[in-house]
Amino acid sequence: MRVPIQWLKDYVNISGIDVKTLDEKLVMSGSNTETIIDIKGAVEKVVVGHILSIEQHPDADKLTVCKVDIGLDAPLQIVTGAKNMREGDYVPVALDGAKLAGDLNIKTGKLRGQVSEGMFCSYQELGFDDKVIPKAFADGLLIMDKPYPLGADVFSVLGLDDQVILFEITPNRPDCLSMIGMAREVAATFDLPVMLPDTSLHDEIQPTTPSVKVTVEDSNLCPRYACRVVEKVTVGPSPQWLQSKLIKAGMRPINNVVDITNFVLLEYGQPIHAFDLDRLAGPEIIVRHAMEGEEMETLDGVNRKLRADMLVIADQKRPVAIAGVMGGQDTEVSDQTVNLLIEVANFNKSSIRETSKVLGLRSEASSRYEKGVSPEIVEDALNRVCHLIEKLGCGKVVNQSVDVYLKKHTPEQIVVRPDRINQILGTKLTIEEIQGFFMRIECTVVPLSTGLGVTPPSYRLDLLKEIDFVEEVARLYGYDQLEDTLPQDASFGSYTKRQKVERTVRDNLTGQGLNEICTYSFVSPKILDLLCLPQDAPWRQNVVIRNPLGEEYSVMRPTLLANLLAVISRNAKRQVEETMLYEIGNTFKPRTWPVVDEPIEERRVAIGLMGEDVDFFRIKGVVEGLLGRMKIKSLRFVPLEDSPVFHPGRTALVYSGDHCLGTVGEIHPQVLKQHDLTKRVLAAELDFECILNLANDQYLFESLPKFPAATRDLAFTIDRQVSNQAVIDVIHGCGGALLDGVSLFDVYQGAQIDASKKSMAYALSFRAPDRTLVDEEIQGAMKEILRQLETQLGAVLRQ
Amino acid sequence: MKEQLMSLLTTGQEEIKTIDNSQDLMHFKVKYLGKKGELTALMKEMGKLSQEERPIIGQVANEVRQGLELLIDEKDRLIAAIELKRQFDVERIDVTLPASQVHQGTYHPLYHVLDEIKAIFIGMGYEIAEGPEVETVYHNFDALNAPIDHPSRSESDTFYITDNLLLRTQTSPVQIRTMKNNTPPIKVISPGRCFRKDEIDATHSPMFHQIEGLVVGEGITMSDLKGTLNAFVQKLSGRQVRTKFRPHFFPFTEPSGEMDVSCFKCGGSGCRFCGGSGWIEILGCGMVHPSVLEECGIDSQKYSGFAFGMGLDRITMLRYEIDDIRHLFENDVRFLKQF
Repeated sequence: MRVPIQWLKDYVNISGIDVKTLDEKLVMSGSNTETIIDIKGAVEKVVVGHILSIEQHPDADKLTVCKVDIGLDAPLQIVTGAKNMREGDYVPVALDGAKLAGDLNIKTGKLRGQVSEGMFCSYQELGFDDKVIPKAFADGLLIMDKPYPLGADVFSVLGLDDQVILFEITPNRPDCLSMIGMAREVAATFDLPVMLPDTSLHDEIQPTTPSVKVTVEDSNLCPRYACRVVEKVTVGPSPQWLQSKLIKAGMRPINNVVDITNFVLLEYGQPIHAFDLDRLAGPEIIVRHAMEGEEMETLDGVNRKLRADMLVIADQKRPVAIAGVMGGQDTEVSDQTVNLLIEVANFNKSSIRETSKVLGLRSEASSRYEKGVSPEIVEDALNRVCHLIEKLGCGKVVNQSVDVYLKKHTPEQIVVRPDRINQILGTKLTIEEIQGFFMRIECTVVPLSTGLGVTPPSYRLDLLKEIDFVEEVARLYGYDQLEDTLPQDASFGSYTKRQKVERTVRDNLTGQGLNEICTYSFVSPKILDLLCLPQDAPWRQNVVIRNPLGEEYSVMRPTLLANLLAVISRNAKRQVEETMLYEIGNTFKPRTWPVVDEPIEERRVAIGLMGEDVDFFRIKGVVEGLLGRMKIKSLRFVPLEDSPVFHPGRTALVYSGDHCLGTVGEIHPQVLKQHDLTKRVLAAELDFECILNLANDQYLFESLPKFPAATRDLAFTIDRQVSNQAVIDVIHGCGGALLDGVSLFDVYQGAQIDASKKSMAYALSFRAPDRTLVDEEIQGAMKEILRQLETQLGAVLRQ
Repeated sequence: MKEQLMSLLTTGQEEIKTIDNSQDLMHFKVKYLGKKGELTALMKEMGKLSQEERPIIGQVANEVRQGLELLIDEKDRLIAAIELKRQFDVERIDVTLPASQVHQGTYHPLYHVLDEIKAIFIGMGYEIAEGPEVETVYHNFDALNAPIDHPSRSESDTFYITDNLLLRTQTSPVQIRTMKNNTPPIKVISPGRCFRKDEIDATHSPMFHQIEGLVVGEGITMSDLKGTLNAFVQKLSGRQVRTKFRPHFFPFTEPSGEMDVSCFKCGGSGCRFCGGSGWIEILGCGMVHPSVLEECGIDSQKYSGFAFGMGLDRITMLRYEIDDIRHLFENDVRFLKQF
């Protein structure tokens, strides 16, 4: 809401308050300022000039040489290319040394040999936006409406020397979308009286036109409809004071009739519409639902097809306006208009919102109606319009008006308990203080046995419950006046196990040198193809956003791997080719397909590595390091050969017992190619929920060994297909209680060994907690291990 | 014999001067003092001496032995020092050569800041509540007192899965779930991802993060809210900042407010960073609306509460002066490594 301060002074006496104080106090009472605009800005030294003569420039066809009186002894000579001025006009003159909009500096100089001691100005050059400049002056100079004191500052004489506060109006206060509403806020903030505009009429006439009959068919959608006829209308430009106010408020002046309706709209926040009475099919207005498919052309020249749930203003034959949204082209006020019908009505906000949305048509009127306007304003606003028509002499107001007010708005008295206010705010306000605040916002207050009976003013549609009044007290008392206290409780904060485990996972992976990433929860459905998933892959049944920002962000991710690969690829394209990343985030899986209920959100941990010396065993180490930190025991890596995403020979599922924790492996070359990646990428996706379930934070200290371990090496040849895991399982299975550890230290294939075989060498360590072992004790175990390896796996001891 | 012994010492004294390494010194030691060395050889001839001469010569021989041993010790120390120096000369490195590359892991800046914020609130007695990213319309809007025709509900503002399911636009539904599943006193923060239909640019992202707080109990006041937020802001910024607590409107709180902090950059005098106002808006808050409490089965006459919410992305960007929100989600490794 743009509030010009000089205009505000019409309604509340703020002459003793500077703009900074006004702004600061209003912010603290609830009217937040977005910015303060100085209309004049940097423009300087532009004064009123009277054009005495205009002569053709001797050496330039498109220029004229003018003599201008600016109240000095001698007139100035100004050379101009402007065309829309005539001798005798009053125009803005930028003097030598003047500053204009766009950092333009004016100096005396010569134009094609003729001295020019300044420049005539257009609205644009004075810093006004094209959208507020009257059409008449859109392409030429600002020609003033009448004589003004010569040499006077142009902004001052035109009422444009002003500052405009731009207020952010919250949705609960549509009443503040008006000058009077803001004046009331100022008045409440500074405890001042409000001066309401003059609505009196002095020169009403007996109508010569037949009286208008109004029928409201749906009073829920139209609680009030008032109108009045104005005869003998003369349409023309408005006086400068009115134009200036509209311009400052950000509206373009059009003509006197339209300007008055806009002016009253800005004053009261009440939309007003004017019909050309003679273009109605007869003296009758019917406020009714549109007929399904009915059509009309709105003021903007668009033919609109209407629906039955929309409300229209119709004459006997056809709709002439879409109620509260926009008038019709057929009945628009024009230069030829002789008789007007001024409509001031109240419409249901939800209905207006819906109509405006369905038609894709928003107007100054609809945007106010849809926020809520009090029906009580109607009469004042209509009288104000008529008052201004009289005052400006642009028509004769008839002495009868119609007001169909079927749904009377009566504010309800609310019981407000002073104790409750103090309880919620933590204050110690007295009843008198509280009562004082309510008086400042024009409430009626009566003492009741249960508290205060408070009736809000009719324009405050938001004061419906006790808590609404608590807020009024809080803002008028001042949030800055509240004490700083802390809740008086004995609570203590802590992380849940889930949160601790997540934190530990992040700490561990960051500690292993990985960078944490954060990617969008939604992905493109194309990722399913980039991951080379078959058509029947479960990940293809996913949670789809109905109205995405674009296809690229339209599917809730079924896996973290897609984003991970995208990030690695993006980095590679930026020549960052060493990447070690992880992300913890949710994946989404529908319970039913298509989605009906809330999907299952599973948290996962994704790890991705790319760079020199990165292979399967590197990422396996990262995963083992992580799971080891979580004290998840007995990890087994079981080859996974049929994943479309991973390399069939270099991928494993990770198990702890029967629980599958996830997948670790090299990304499939096809998938790499889809992501424009040329280097191998190793990735893992682990199930966080499973890590959480298996993570053990209740582990105990294990005593350090007191006696040395005895180590024995064991080297044998064995079939190439036999895995390390199989060997270790056999060794652990028969190694006996003294076997302390098994580690593979060499695998060899090649010369001296049969092509179907490989040589494997293990270091076995034995230890007893209570003594140093002697050789004989170990011999037995070693023999048994060898025997089992021979019989179970066909191993042959290497000598 | 005495002369022989004395000359052995003199020869030794001369010879040792030429020795400059431990191997030669070892040879020297063997030559003079070894089992087959010269001193031993002379000593063997002691038997030929008279009874009277034997102790005198014996003493001389001892002195010569001690003299030689002293020479060797001194030389040994000298050589050790020389050899160490030689080793150091050989092993000398250019300490300005580049370091071995050790991957430095980092936390994502958003979660780094979030960790700090969580720690502050845990310290103030809060627990952390979490909830789903795909929410019901009920939890995200209805239960939060959002008017049925509120623009935020529209398809142009909110992502929908079905008529009933959406991507949460705030973490407030977690508060609803917390209130429904617990009885007061409640004291939680709920951080998490949120989604709004904003086109991506330097300051907008369709996904962002919020941290909301909720306290419900007997006698919770707006002064408690103000005190809590002031304490939090001071802790987060690590220094004294001025705050401005001013009225605002939210459907799920009343009275509602916003808090501004004095600009980190200019300290309040006004700069480009804060748009010249000297203030930076960082959070919205208010007293939980009685209708919201009642909707969650909490007696609004007995209990009151406050709630607040802030944008993690915005706070992170302000904190590190990150000029474009897209950096947060692009995950350029050169960006990530800075935190």
